[in-house]
Amino acid sequence: MSNTIPGAQQPLLAPPPAQLSGPRTATRSHAQTVRGLLIKIALLGVVNAIAVFAMFILVMRESWLIFAIAAVVTVIINVIYLRPGWLPAKYLAPGVFFLAVFQIFVVGYSGYIAFTNYGDGHNSTKESAIESIIANSLTRVPDSPTYRLTVVEQFGTFGFLVTDPDGQALLGTPDQPLEEVDAEEDSTGKAVSVGGWTSLGFGDLLANQGVVIDLSVPLSDDPNDGALRTPDGSSAYVYTSDLVYDEASDSFIDTTGGEVYVDGGDGAFVNDAGRELQPGWKIDVGFENFQRAFTNDDIRGPLLSVTLWTFAFAILSVASTFVLGLFLAIVFNAPHMRGKKIYRVIMVLPYAFPGFLSALVFLGLFNQQFGFFNQVLLGGASIPWLTDPWLAKFSILFVNLWLGFPYMFLICTGALQSIPEELSEAATVDGAKPFAVFRLIKFPLLLVSVAPLLISSFAFNFNNFNLIYMLTGGGPRDIEAGVDAGATDILITLVYKVAFGEGTGRDYGLASAFAILIFLIVATVSIVSFRQTKALEELN
Amino acid sequence: MTNPFNTQQGAEIGERLNPLVAGSGATDRSRAPRTVQIADGRVLPTRRRRSFPRWFADTGWRHLIGVVMLVFASFPLLYVLSASLNPTGTLVGSNELFRVIDFSNYIELFQRPQQPYAAWFLNSLVIGLVTAAGTVFLGALAAYAFSRLRFTGRRVGLLTLLLVQMFPQLLGVVAIFLLMSGIGEIFPQVGLGTQSGLILVYLGGALGVNTYLMYGFFNTIPVSIDEAAKLDGASHAQIFFGIVLRLVAPILAVVGLLSFIGTFSEFVIASIMLTDPQTQTLAVGLFQFVSQETSRNWAIFSAGAVLAAIPVMALFLYLQKYIIGGLTAGSVK
Repeated sequence: MSNTIPGAQQPLLAPPPAQLSGPRTATRSHAQTVRGLLIKIALLGVVNAIAVFAMFILVMRESWLIFAIAAVVTVIINVIYLRPGWLPAKYLAPGVFFLAVFQIFVVGYSGYIAFTNYGDGHNSTKESAIESIIANSLTRVPDSPTYRLTVVEQFGTFGFLVTDPDGQALLGTPDQPLEEVDAEEDSTGKAVSVGGWTSLGFGDLLANQGVVIDLSVPLSDDPNDGALRTPDGSSAYVYTSDLVYDEASDSFIDTTGGEVYVDGGDGAFVNDAGRELQPGWKIDVGFENFQRAFTNDDIRGPLLSVTLWTFAFAILSVASTFVLGLFLAIVFNAPHMRGKKIYRVIMVLPYAFPGFLSALVFLGLFNQQFGFFNQVLLGGASIPWLTDPWLAKFSILFVNLWLGFPYMFLICTGALQSIPEELSEAATVDGAKPFAVFRLIKFPLLLVSVAPLLISSFAFNFNNFNLIYMLTGGGPRDIEAGVDAGATDILITLVYKVAFGEGTGRDYGLASAFAILIFLIVATVSIVSFRQTKALEELN
Repeated sequence: MTNPFNTQQGAEIGERLNPLVAGSGATDRSRAPRTVQIADGRVLPTRRRRSFPRWFADTGWRHLIGVVMLVFASFPLLYVLSASLNPTGTLVGSNELFRVIDFSNYIELFQRPQQPYAAWFLNSLVIGLVTAAGTVFLGALAAYAFSRLRFTGRRVGLLTLLLVQMFPQLLGVVAIFLLMSGIGEIFPQVGLGTQSGLILVYLGGALGVNTYLMYGFFNTIPVSIDEAAKLDGASHAQIFFGIVLRLVAPILAVVGLLSFIGTFSEFVIASIMLTDPQTQTLAVGLFQFVSQETSRNWAIFSAGAVLAAIPVMALFLYLQKYIIGGLTAGSVK
């Protein structure tokens, strides 16, 4: 939607009178209906079936921590729904489950990622980085023996069934080193099939050519021993890595040049010249991302200007839409005026039109070469509405005014009409001028009821991703910046571009650090606004 | 609806947007019709024929502003409608408004294998509807507990909800991406790239955004209704599903429709979760379509935009009526 979903700080209606009997006694005193019981058992059965399936897979993958969490959660859910009483838990559990996983956990996880170097080239553990480095630098051993090969398949996984030069049949997959198996052999002694696996014929081989050529099946558990690869699908050769990993010294040795790459402490192996082996792995970097954000000149400058623009954008958006909306509410708050209904319906249309489409429509209207504004309204001018840093800022505020003024118009109309007429009548009788009546009586009263909505509108615009990203993409880009930041980027679009942007590489750690920054700002704003409103006091 | 000047409608739209106004609007309605009064505070005794300058000073200038605002508000919408009916197909051709009316763009929209518009449309509808239904269900359960039951941690729970809704889910987009790719390794059915996974993520935001709205509405339903049912021997589940849910139907509809509209426009999480064009939503698909070659694809995009806006705008207008009906009907006679 183009504006906030309100309700953030609504004054609560009067509390319901205290209940006569507690919920627990009530549940126990009434027998549940059979139908309700059956539905409950069926639903719980489905949940448990999914949970057991999940836990089964987790055991297979040896993810013990997640398995333990899943088991505990499943037990808790069953206890909640099978035990009599605990009525609040029965009603809260489903929503809280989703809230916990996809909102609260996600916040915590963002916090964790902000302290890592997670991103392109630092995606996984050190063990898998070592395996990848070896696999990436495999070259064929010049005097490799020939292994006769049958490519086999099981549940979508390809494997190598090979006959080694001694005539022994071996089976392995990229994840499972070669092991001896009892295979059926053809007349030449070549192993051709093995129980549980499907042997690929010539046609299958052709169809999966690309996949088969990329397979490398390790010879043993030690990756330094090398792996089997096949150029043609019928014979396999031993490939070893130029880089040999030495576990004792935790380093890679380049067998061709003799260079040594050691774990430099930054999540990658580096040599003396500073060259890193790709990929690296994920490590905890402490406050380094935050440090970079605040001290590295290439990032600090853009971050500062983006933060300032975020505030400016959010404040100006709220101010401009509120002023226009209030003005219109006053203009149309005239009893004698005809046709107000038509004006209202049409003025609400921008609010009803999906927000992302509005931004895209204005993308066309503002187009420098062919857009309606330049071509028709300005008679063929070539004004860079979206590509000049300041004009782009103006254009964004203009579009947001179009998007947001109906909402402000509606709430201001509602608030104006709820102010008792007696107040302004009394003031008029006492001799107040119309403008004084508005300024001293109506406006303060209006602000009381509208202020919470202005705050939530600010919070919404602070993270108004769709408008900025779809209209300008944050551009025009600041080419000197060390991150992909532009003149109209707000913090949330910066997070998105740093994390998922093309061109500069993904840096989840830095993006999460920026996200934490937004968290802190929004939290500060909401704490201050909570103090200002009475929402908290009225919680009963 | 006793107000003779038809000024109520704005207030009612305001109510649907804002429960805060709802309270005051409800009391406003119950008051007797006001004295005839113009905005600047002067009371007019009767209505009589006036001279033009007098009319303009009182009302005419309002119409002038009204007409300006009509143009301002409706122009982009008329423009996109006109562009969608323009057979030349480009941005330049769209500058002559309503010169030709031709539906070929709407036909071509459905004939592009690279941009499966029909699939996007269907995906958006399905994801929006399922998310809306789930959101309503989860939110109603929680709102019922907070409104009707008294338990330790209730106040803290309500406070937590107030706080959580300050933090939109898209702030955690990086963590959501990594979480879903991790889940996808274990359960490919709900991992990255699946619509079911996307729906699960959206449901995570269900409690945060809407429970508070529902909680306020649940509190307006008298507890005496629950208690009467309890005395008659109804179980808590019967009270909830059989009685309370029906009485709060208006707010369920509002939350469901708000959730649908929100999901329909959601871009960030959908764009990182769904990469295969066949599984994408309208927001993701149309954005990529038009951002690549804005000028050349303009008319087809416009046709897509008009079609996509229809369900949302229709729901929006429907929503207003529903809320007015729901609030005035009342539950206790």
